[in-house]
Amino acid sequence: MPGGLLGIEPLERGEIESILDRATHFQRQQGERRKSDVARGRMMVNLFFEASTRTRTSFEIAAKRLGADTISITASGSSVDKGESLVDTLNTLGAMHPDAIVMRHSASGAPHFLARHLPTPIINAGDGTHEHPTQALLDARTILDRRPTLEGLRVAIIGDIVHSRVARSNMYLLSKFGAEIVLCGPASLVPAELAQITAGVTRTHDIREAIRDADVIMMLRVQLERQHESAFSASEYFQFYGLRLEHMDLAKPDAIVMHPGPINRGREISSEVADSQRSVILNQVENGIAVRMAVLERILSN
Amino acid sequence: MRKLVIRNGRVVDPASKLDAIADVLIEEGRIAAVGEKLQVTGAERLDASGRIVAPGFIDMHVHLREPGFEYAETIETGSRAAAAGGFTSICCMPNTSPVNDNATVTSYIVGRAERYAVVNVLPIGAITKGSAGQELAAIGSMRQAGIVAISDDGQPVMNARLMRRAMETARSFGIPVIDHCEDLHLSAGGDMHEGIQSVRMGLRGIPAASEDVMVARDILLAEWTGARFHVAHISSCYSVEMVAFAKSRGIAVTCEATPHHFALSDSDMPPYDSNYKMKPPLRSGCDSGAVTQGLVSGTVDAIATDHAPHAGSEKMQEFEKCPFGIIGLETAVGLALERLVHPGKIPVARLVELFTTGPARVLNLKRGRLAVGAPGDVTILDLERQWTYDVNKSASKSRNSPFDGHQFRGGPVATIVNGRVVWKVD
Repeated sequence: MPGGLLGIEPLERGEIESILDRATHFQRQQGERRKSDVARGRMMVNLFFEASTRTRTSFEIAAKRLGADTISITASGSSVDKGESLVDTLNTLGAMHPDAIVMRHSASGAPHFLARHLPTPIINAGDGTHEHPTQALLDARTILDRRPTLEGLRVAIIGDIVHSRVARSNMYLLSKFGAEIVLCGPASLVPAELAQITAGVTRTHDIREAIRDADVIMMLRVQLERQHESAFSASEYFQFYGLRLEHMDLAKPDAIVMHPGPINRGREISSEVADSQRSVILNQVENGIAVRMAVLERILSN
Repeated sequence: MRKLVIRNGRVVDPASKLDAIADVLIEEGRIAAVGEKLQVTGAERLDASGRIVAPGFIDMHVHLREPGFEYAETIETGSRAAAAGGFTSICCMPNTSPVNDNATVTSYIVGRAERYAVVNVLPIGAITKGSAGQELAAIGSMRQAGIVAISDDGQPVMNARLMRRAMETARSFGIPVIDHCEDLHLSAGGDMHEGIQSVRMGLRGIPAASEDVMVARDILLAEWTGARFHVAHISSCYSVEMVAFAKSRGIAVTCEATPHHFALSDSDMPPYDSNYKMKPPLRSGCDSGAVTQGLVSGTVDAIATDHAPHAGSEKMQEFEKCPFGIIGLETAVGLALERLVHPGKIPVARLVELFTTGPARVLNLKRGRLAVGAPGDVTILDLERQWTYDVNKSASKSRNSPFDGHQFRGGPVATIVNGRVVWKVD
């Protein structure tokens, strides 16, 4: 991974395992509030072309805990507003010799395009509707904190999957480890081709069928900004695809509920479920820092 | 008197069913004789031993970008790229700025071509004013000024009633309607073929159905109006089947295929490489197989490049921001040889047909044959020549080709327009 981290799809299982293992080390370190200095003198640039609170902050904290210097740039108020092209923005930043660029962009493939033209390692912090690799890594870490293995787990991914980079990265990761993945949502948001992008995936339009015997339930935010005419009304969506307490009886007794955030209470998930003992949503956020430290360490450490 | 004699080539002229070693004599820009061991004095000589001598190739679908987008291509540079690709005649689409929707623009293009082009340039006029799809362009006066067809390529006429009127008008003036078949509502926002690959890459899809529904509509309108309807850059399996069906019913429907649509499919695209972004998009392997089969069976009438130059900066962006289209004049013949002739799918004579009599018939041109008195346009091919495409040496102003660095077996070696050698391989 010296060249950065563009997605989960191209990673080997072994690389993923070593990141997840290393993350447990940082989980413990976090508990002890210790800082490391493996990346002292290194500079990480956070370049966010799309709004983000948790991912940007999480990367920044992770870098600082490794001793690196960080700079955050958001698209509004930068040269991007003045019509600068993506390549020129990155070339300009590249000329300042950062050691890594963490990038979020609304266009699928934007980091892949830049990686071809820039020597700086690029870490994909979410590209359009394509991948969000560190989210899948932190989700796997969160599951593995509660289960010995991913193999054979039944994972329901529910909601606006076609527009979800989180779903794609999770599908690739879980599939590499032999989990059983069930996609669920209306056909406009879960096209048949989605079930064919990796092994071990099935599709249903019935939320009850998806949840039955699930070990993990991953809910996704409804991305109204990308849906256009395929959008359901809020009440219709919640009625058919919103996760409510009554559904939880169908799942395994110790099933967990995950959500990459930001959550829309009453749209894709009821408050009762989001705040229940089953919910590990805040653990996901916490693990985000440890997992990103593990990723950054590989790229930044001296 | 200006004379050129091409000696000892294998002359392949589908129009006269000729396939034999012969000489071709061109005098004063016209074919003067074709035969064995012609007795000629005072002529420039070109030895074509071991090579194919064919009527000048016609590319019925190119974008020359002039007037308006001269930074990407001009009539001169586009024509030079055509010559380097073995083409002696090219038809330029009207989506310039201003749009070629009236006789003044047509005459401007014809005049510029006379002065600067090294091959014949035959303009295609717009169907509607500004290709805006609202009201018909001045089709009759454009016809008088030299257009050979009408098309709103890239901005297809969505209104079926207006398309009906366009077909009736085209019929009155004896020219075909070329439609870029795409239902813009179905394809809206799409960046690549809708399928597993688009879903995998998180790119919005352009479904095959967006092409198919328009091919179906236009076939029905063509039968009704009696117009000649030509499907531009056919790319989907069902569209090929529908054209075959329409032909079997005697409807005046023809179609063309681009080299990229029979040579590539959506799974060949390197991640987010905008040199693989065009409309219609590279479709599934099943679709590209159907296009190939159409070329073999005769359903597809012509190979056309849809040469679409774009400045480097336009293609150096996020994939979804990049414009559609790739250049193709210099690689078309090489790809056709590689994918169709060398694997034994079609004989050389059929390949020549697809580049000559095929498009000539669609457009009703008195070209594409080596008959005495025909224009002195000749394309000479070497079926075995090994060469590598270097896009940075292209005669085009633009560099947007997915075939940079591709190694070819066979291609054009000389291009002769009106009896003059306008291009010869180094």
